Amino acid sequence: MSELGANVVILGAGHAGGTAAALLRQYGHTGPITLVGDEPLAPYQRPPLSKAWLKGEADADSLALKPLEFYAEHQIDFRPNIRAVKLRRSDKLVELSDGSTLAYDILILATGARAIKLPVPGADLAGLLELRTAADAEALKAAVGPGKRLAVVGGGYIGLEVAASGRALGAEVVVIERESRLLARVACEALSDFFRGVHETHGVVFEMGASVTGFVGENGHVTGVILADGRTLPCDASVIGVGATPNDELAADSGLETARGVVVDLEARTSDPSIFAIGDVAHRPMPIYDRMFRMESVPNALEQAKQAASAITGRPAPAGEVPWQWSDQYDLKLQIAGYAFDVDEVLLRGDPASGKFAVFHLKGDQIQSVEAINSPPEFMMGKQLIGNRKPVSKAKLSDLSVSMKEVVA
Amino acid sequence: MAKITYIEHDGTEHVVDVKTGLTVMEGAVKNNVPGIDADCGGACACATCHVYVDDAWKDKTGESSAMEESMLDFAENVEPNSRLSCQIKVSDALDGLVVRLPESQH
Ligand SMILES: Cc1cc2nc3c(=O)[nH]c(=O)nc-3n(C[C@H](O)[C@H](O)[C@H](O)COP(=O)(O)OP(=O)(O)OC[C@H]3O[C@@H](n4cnc5c(N)ncnc54)[C@H](O)[C@@H]3O)c2cc1C
Ligand code: FES
Repeated sequence: MSELGANVVILGAGHAGGTAAALLRQYGHTGPITLVGDEPLAPYQRPPLSKAWLKGEADADSLALKPLEFYAEHQIDFRPNIRAVKLRRSDKLVELSDGSTLAYDILILATGARAIKLPVPGADLAGLLELRTAADAEALKAAVGPGKRLAVVGGGYIGLEVAASGRALGAEVVVIERESRLLARVACEALSDFFRGVHETHGVVFEMGASVTGFVGENGHVTGVILADGRTLPCDASVIGVGATPNDELAADSGLETARGVVVDLEARTSDPSIFAIGDVAHRPMPIYDRMFRMESVPNALEQAKQAASAITGRPAPAGEVPWQWSDQYDLKLQIAGYAFDVDEVLLRGDPASGKFAVFHLKGDQIQSVEAINSPPEFMMGKQLIGNRKPVSKAKLSDLSVSMKEVVA
Repeated sequence: MAKITYIEHDGTEHVVDVKTGLTVMEGAVKNNVPGIDADCGGACACATCHVYVDDAWKDKTGESSAMEESMLDFAENVEPNSRLSCQIKVSDALDGLVVRLPESQH
């Protein structure tokens, strides 16, 4: 069915929604496109919010995916500051926060995820920040500076990036992590230890195995973080980076299939054929790992925007991609490809002390994932090998004198 | 401001005015020129902003960093004039720049 003239409504004007709108026009969609978002800004990139932007190395213009004029020029009806409140699938209507309704032939859910809040006393004090939106990032930037004490709750990638940027801005930074090591859910021990060492060298203090039981404040503003062992760590501001949860309530309430995210197929289509879900909100199949899961990454948002726009405009489905991510901390570039599912061996290539190494996660002689620090060849070749499933020689892979182009068994 | 011509693999030309200070990648992405994916938004982490720089412009676009070289070494269809367009900053000196795009970035 050609749907080039269909009336498309996109809910959520983030990285996935904004990309889908632009791709639909690029792929020749002629019907109306309405892009509804509850933020004041046109779609922008979030990764710099904890990295270059926070350090003052990127401006608002460079955050935006497209200039504001782009939307009008391409007949995309972009509506900021409006929230979708209810999805009425039987009428093919969306109810909006301004009381109006929007009809659709095709709906794309791109509502992303939101930061998880800590359910502890004092969590509503001023100076307690999260980092999901540009507005959050503005507040954070205003709160850190020379001599300010910043407590970062959660030692995941975003928390560590904030810690690094905070140090660059001259703040004193303590990172509080519940697990006994950093990045516990996403990285191996070698990498956790490496990052901890680097951050300590840059003056970050760690409280490991510590849970936050509350916050204390004066005049409504946070002054300290209370830990389970009874100590209170003084701070001027605190960033809570303990993960995100999908904004899938619209879908779930309307009876769409959800599983910690809206369940979709390889075209990004939900259980309702006229509704797609893309980006952080989607629970999607990942054939190379033979399972379904939800990802929070830009490459995933882009891939699914491509899948949905292709399906809507009758293009062949894009080739499957290997999921990947990156992180910048100090002068380190971390690139990660794949996910460490069903791993039976972890192999180190290079010496962490050199600041340049890679960790490969293997299932038999196939690479499932790679974490590469300042090592583009390991990342690029590892990513290819994850995609094409070619077996590798472990002896060659762990031998730095054998180039990455020669590791295929 | 510099006028930049992006030539898609199928020969389609896009001529765009790009502000000084932006990168050649941003010039394409912000103007919806197809063929430059730029998955990482310019962090030199993805190699999906690969372009071929016309020989006449090779000197003016400057040297590539070790990181860029290393990423390019593993990209597809690399040629001696390959660059990552997020690593080329636009200045008045690049007015008239012509870059060609590979068949695919993935
Ligand atoms: C600080 C930070 C750093 C990151 N760093 C990296 C990185 O280095 N690499 C990487 O790959 N990824 C990174 N990510 C993740 C990446 O930004 C996300 O995966 C990506 O933004 C997902 O795009 P999305 O469109 O699905 O969601 P979002 O970009 O979150 O967009 C969803 C939009 O929908 C809006 N919305 C929600 N509900 C409604 C509603 N009912 N009505 C209207 N609008 C609604 C939201 O307000 C939001 O604007 C980072 C994220 C953050 C926050
Ligand atoms: S945009 Fe990713 S390397 Fe250029």
